Amino acid sequence: MKRWFPYPLLTAALVAMWLLLTESVALGSILMGAILATVAVWGFAALDPPGGRLKRPRAAFALAALVMADIARSNLAVVKIILNPRKTERVSGFLHIPLDMRAPYGLATLACIITATPGTIWVEYNSANNTILLHILDLVDESTWIDTIKGRYERRLMEIFE
Amino acid sequence: MTHLADLPVWAAIPVALLLLLGASLALIGSIGFVRLRSFYERVHAPTLGTTMGIGSVLLASMLCFTVLQSRPALHEILIAVFMIVTTPITLMLLARAALYRDRSEGSDDVPSAPPAQTTAPSAPDAAPPV
Repeated sequence: MKRWFPYPLLTAALVAMWLLLTESVALGSILMGAILATVAVWGFAALDPPGGRLKRPRAAFALAALVMADIARSNLAVVKIILNPRKTERVSGFLHIPLDMRAPYGLATLACIITATPGTIWVEYNSANNTILLHILDLVDESTWIDTIKGRYERRLMEIFE
Repeated sequence: MTHLADLPVWAAIPVALLLLLGASLALIGSIGFVRLRSFYERVHAPTLGTTMGIGSVLLASMLCFTVLQSRPALHEILIAVFMIVTTPITLMLLARAALYRDRSEGSDDVPSAPPAQTTAPSAPDAAPPV
């Protein structure tokens, strides 16, 4: 079982992707999707990806909902900045944030979250001291941003991945 | 084929509003290219279109075709997933390329390379987490 399906969650996700692409749940689509997903997962396993697993899927859904709300809010914030007629005292800049999380999939998810949130961009990751460098469009208060990234996202991601 | 005229009013209004919202966000993102000052600020602008902008358009598409075809149209979810997973790659590539160039030019506006790399000052940065 382990040899045929080394990553069952990934296999299931690929089958779901295939069913969505073909827009059908006929037996033929399911079989075809299962064959393709199984072969694709073998290819993924051959890359020797780093270990790690989703420990708390339910917390992941809660985080997804939180991130969607944050994306909507920061969209509005960036719209305000762009359309603001006065080029005022807004400061943008780089910010180093030391992380506690080391799980590779957690870091990848954090990169997706930070990039998907308008106004913040993940620029660089230093694996030697586990620090990320962000660029922030509206850098009002550095400590607020550090608290947001660490308290809001990193803590939850560590619960999910570590 | 489906015809947009068959779309009932109760569905047409939210579809139109969502499309307008998405298009406006994409437009404002493009305006940001003109208005923002530095490269690092401008990189933020298109994320409006790639997050809530594309999200609104996809929601509109899902609603429209669900009503027209009388069955759930869900494959837009895939577009959203692929957008979320792929945009960090291009954005990081752009930002890191700019950072690398600024550092090798000795610009004062960007933070210097991490001190851990003592062997060569312009050594490539740490590998991105994948």
